[in-house]
Amino acid sequence: MKNSIYDNYKSPRRKNYVFFGILIVGIAFIFTGLYRGEVDTVISKAITICLECIGIG
Amino acid sequence: MRFMKKTLHKLRNNLRTIIQTAFVLATNGYIKGFGEGSIFKGDSKGLCVPGLNCYSCPGALGSCPIGALQATLGSQRYSFAFYITGFLMVVGAFLGRFVCGWLCPFGLFQDLLYKIPFIKKIKKLPGDRFLKYLKYVMLTILVLLLPMFISDMFGQGKPWFCQYVCPSGTLMAGIPLVLFNEGLRSIIGWLYAWKLLILATVVILSLLVYRPFCRYICPLGAIYGLFNPLALYKYEIDADKCIKCGKCRHACKLDISTYEKPNSMECIRCGDCRKSCPQNAISCRLSAGSRAKSLCTSDTSEKPQD
Repeated sequence: MKNSIYDNYKSPRRKNYVFFGILIVGIAFIFTGLYRGEVDTVISKAITICLECIGIG
Repeated sequence: MRFMKKTLHKLRNNLRTIIQTAFVLATNGYIKGFGEGSIFKGDSKGLCVPGLNCYSCPGALGSCPIGALQATLGSQRYSFAFYITGFLMVVGAFLGRFVCGWLCPFGLFQDLLYKIPFIKKIKKLPGDRFLKYLKYVMLTILVLLLPMFISDMFGQGKPWFCQYVCPSGTLMAGIPLVLFNEGLRSIIGWLYAWKLLILATVVILSLLVYRPFCRYICPLGAIYGLFNPLALYKYEIDADKCIKCGKCRHACKLDISTYEKPNSMECIRCGDCRKSCPQNAISCRLSAGSRAKSLCTSDTSEKPQD
């Protein structure tokens, strides 16, 4: 029975590899973003009222 | 004893609503903002909350991942948002769409609306088969492509999804800020009216059908949905117990056949299927290593008889 694009990952062991792969890449991305200073961009956007978000800008 | 059992049963039945409410209050605890018509400006805004929680909500202590993603992609300094992409990957890898079901404020809002008795509830909107892909279009075009490639004269991209669609922003930020901030009230125009119209449409649809925004529009749900089949938290079917009676599908407000697709990309892990299973065949697990840890099984034996 074909259910989804994830049929290739039906084997539990392969699913585990994918999970850990995503986790490791995700953590690496977070640290890369921190190193590049992306948090400053997020903070500067988040601490001022986002006029676009509220439907004004 | 019977009263205790009934109370415990009621608490267990409402556990999700209790957790949703507690999480929304904990991440939107800047009460002063509501009084002043202003927003929180602390360092915690550098961290994202997992759900669709507008960072311009007066109470918000963290950032919205979709807003932050657009802000970074739209920034002239960056062409890729490593920080937010990494955050979404980590949360998605652990929880998948559990976030939608248990931790999202706009999900809670729609849940509460759905509880209001209406003429007749329907399982899905006409065209559901195609409409459910709309959220991927929203994600690709409004959240990723347009902020990346369309910029103003200063090289700054706009948060297109927030600006033209997001009803969560209207509800959590637009309405309270305009109510409590006179300066903002004086400059509202057609865009504000447009966003109110979208919010009103979502509200009306939420009375009829379960979580229309999450099913058809939400780009964050689209992202977490991709992780659902691979996430650490997952549902499992005991093939020896399952009799394929279809009661899980009947109980599922999102019309998912849990016994066929326990980790469907649409499943928000509300747990209704587990409660409805007469065979206790559906369990939720944390499974990543060779040993899967069972967290819970559908338990019908303890339900009090009225």
